[in-house]
Amino acid sequence: MDLFNNLALGFGVAFTPVNLMYAFVGCFLGTVIGVLPGIGPLATIAMLLPATYALPPVSALIMLAGIYYGAQYGGSTTAILVNLPGESSSVVTVIDGYQMARNGRAGPALAAAGLGSFFAGCVGTLILAAFAAPLTELAFKFGPAEYFSLMILGLIGAVVLASGSLLKAIAMIVLGLLLGMVGTDVNSGVPRFSFDIPELTDGIGFIVIAMGVFGYGEIISNLGKHESEREVFTANVTGLWPTKEDFKNMVPAVLRGTALGSLLGILPGGGAVMAAFAAYTLEKKTPLRPGEVPFGKGNIRGVAAPESANNAGAQTSFIPLLTLGIPPNAVMALMVGAMTIHNIQPGPQVMTNNPELFWGLIASMWIGNLMLIVLNLPLIGIWIKLLSVPYRWLFPSIVLFCAIGVYSTNNSTFDIWMVGLFGFIGYLFIKLGAEPAPLLLGFILGPMMEEYLRRALLLSRGDWSVFITRPLSASLLAAAALLLVVVLLPSVKSKREEAFVED
Amino acid sequence: MNIKSQKDFFSGLMFMGVGVAFAWGASGYSIGNGARMGPGYFPLVLGVLLAVLGGVITFKALVVETVDGDKVGAFAWKPLVFIILANLVFGAMIGGLPIIHLPPMGLIAGIYALTFIACLAGDAFKFKEAVVLATVLAVMSYLAFIKLLNLQFPVWPAFLGV
Repeated sequence: MDLFNNLALGFGVAFTPVNLMYAFVGCFLGTVIGVLPGIGPLATIAMLLPATYALPPVSALIMLAGIYYGAQYGGSTTAILVNLPGESSSVVTVIDGYQMARNGRAGPALAAAGLGSFFAGCVGTLILAAFAAPLTELAFKFGPAEYFSLMILGLIGAVVLASGSLLKAIAMIVLGLLLGMVGTDVNSGVPRFSFDIPELTDGIGFIVIAMGVFGYGEIISNLGKHESEREVFTANVTGLWPTKEDFKNMVPAVLRGTALGSLLGILPGGGAVMAAFAAYTLEKKTPLRPGEVPFGKGNIRGVAAPESANNAGAQTSFIPLLTLGIPPNAVMALMVGAMTIHNIQPGPQVMTNNPELFWGLIASMWIGNLMLIVLNLPLIGIWIKLLSVPYRWLFPSIVLFCAIGVYSTNNSTFDIWMVGLFGFIGYLFIKLGAEPAPLLLGFILGPMMEEYLRRALLLSRGDWSVFITRPLSASLLAAAALLLVVVLLPSVKSKREEAFVED
Repeated sequence: MNIKSQKDFFSGLMFMGVGVAFAWGASGYSIGNGARMGPGYFPLVLGVLLAVLGGVITFKALVVETVDGDKVGAFAWKPLVFIILANLVFGAMIGGLPIIHLPPMGLIAGIYALTFIACLAGDAFKFKEAVVLATVLAVMSYLAFIKLLNLQFPVWPAFLGV
């Protein structure tokens, strides 16, 4: 078996006591820094990258893998505990994870995120080892038209992230897409909507919007309420570990999330980003079991599925990275940077020229994943303690960490002004009942969507029918239309019922 | 005509306004055509789409009955002003504000300022508590961000020359 030979080779390289120690140290540092609100995986890896320069390549990659997983899990921890998504994929985790924490179930939420990620990571590793070469073919089948249609599907799916009005959710997505347009147009070099402010020509930072809208908006809204109705935590934390019932709900969600994530992760450019969103959409459309908490109110499936999808996607996104050399997101781009520092040029040749490195890398990703579980499950108890800090001490600290996190990404005070502005906007959104999660997805996908639309139409010489004449693209669009109908139906039905009651 | 859902009415207006603004801004860039899109093409389409969506939301807010009128409710001006202000003052402390001749005061002064102003947003301001909290946060941030992570922050006021 090739698969086992390859994996054995990888583990032979990676599985040494020294490397395990590096994995542990990396994972520890990643978690400790990633858990600070406002500092997401991207910032964490960027900060810790220099620490790996001096190591031999395999050890460096293993430590990086540890940092990566630690930071990502740390980010999920802040998403669950203080409602702050540090990166795009935890936007979804916030929705149900934070509600679980408020109901005193932060422990099960954190455990679900960790266990789901670990399982997804294992599956992702196996898929990567077994199918890296044939799966690349699938990515080649995706032209710009297909990517555009995939993103339409993803955005329609994002509508279900909101629990309120459908139209408002769509409007928020479009608003997000528009915010993504701010900055220099990559094709013409024209700075768009930048008002001649040099800082705006680089676009608005994701962290700025996420911290402003989720962090400050939420704090202001919380403080505006009377103490008795404030959305803080119940004092009685019930159990650190998921119950039997939780596991029953979690397991199928983790499986679905893993499958979706592995599939989407293969697509370069946006696939892995959408994995978490798509997994949440799928869960929300899967009927609730009797006695289950509804979505948006703290359903454990709403944490387990996107977290596993995200991790599976992160693992399989190595396929386009290693075979095509295309990093699927900013974090992976940093990893590529780290690899090139160690003289590894990502691309199809890595697998054949440098097999012990390639398989060593894959094995080290798995080891990083393992360390995460080893390190973080015992830590859950400590994180929970954080919740017992009174809100009047917690909120100034969150404001501070947001401000520091935002400043540290670019060392620019302009970002601090911007986060203030988005804090106001975020509060406005809360007052107007417009939910921000779809906006963030639109914001992330906006520039990519425009790029793919342009390319698709350039290739078809302006013929819009390209989206429906290419079979893959057409079926993606059909799926989007179907999803829209499915989403619309219940709201039509409930409106009817309302009207009926009033008669 | 009375508004049936205040929240939807005003969010519809907001979407319309923002949509029109983006579309108007986009029309200033070259639009191009389908085959060769200019920088204005996509934002223009999205801006118009957002304005239309906003219009529909506003219209629905005037027509479709809601149970309690979906009131927007009073703005929490106190936390709004103090939280945003705390953030802005922190920025000014870190980077300095040439317009009012404020030199960069550094991270530590910024943390104290931010904590005090942010604490004013809470229900009851306790001076002693704010001092303790600010000190704890300052020490923690100094150790974590400056010592451990080696971030390039101005830590002390610029005029001290440290």
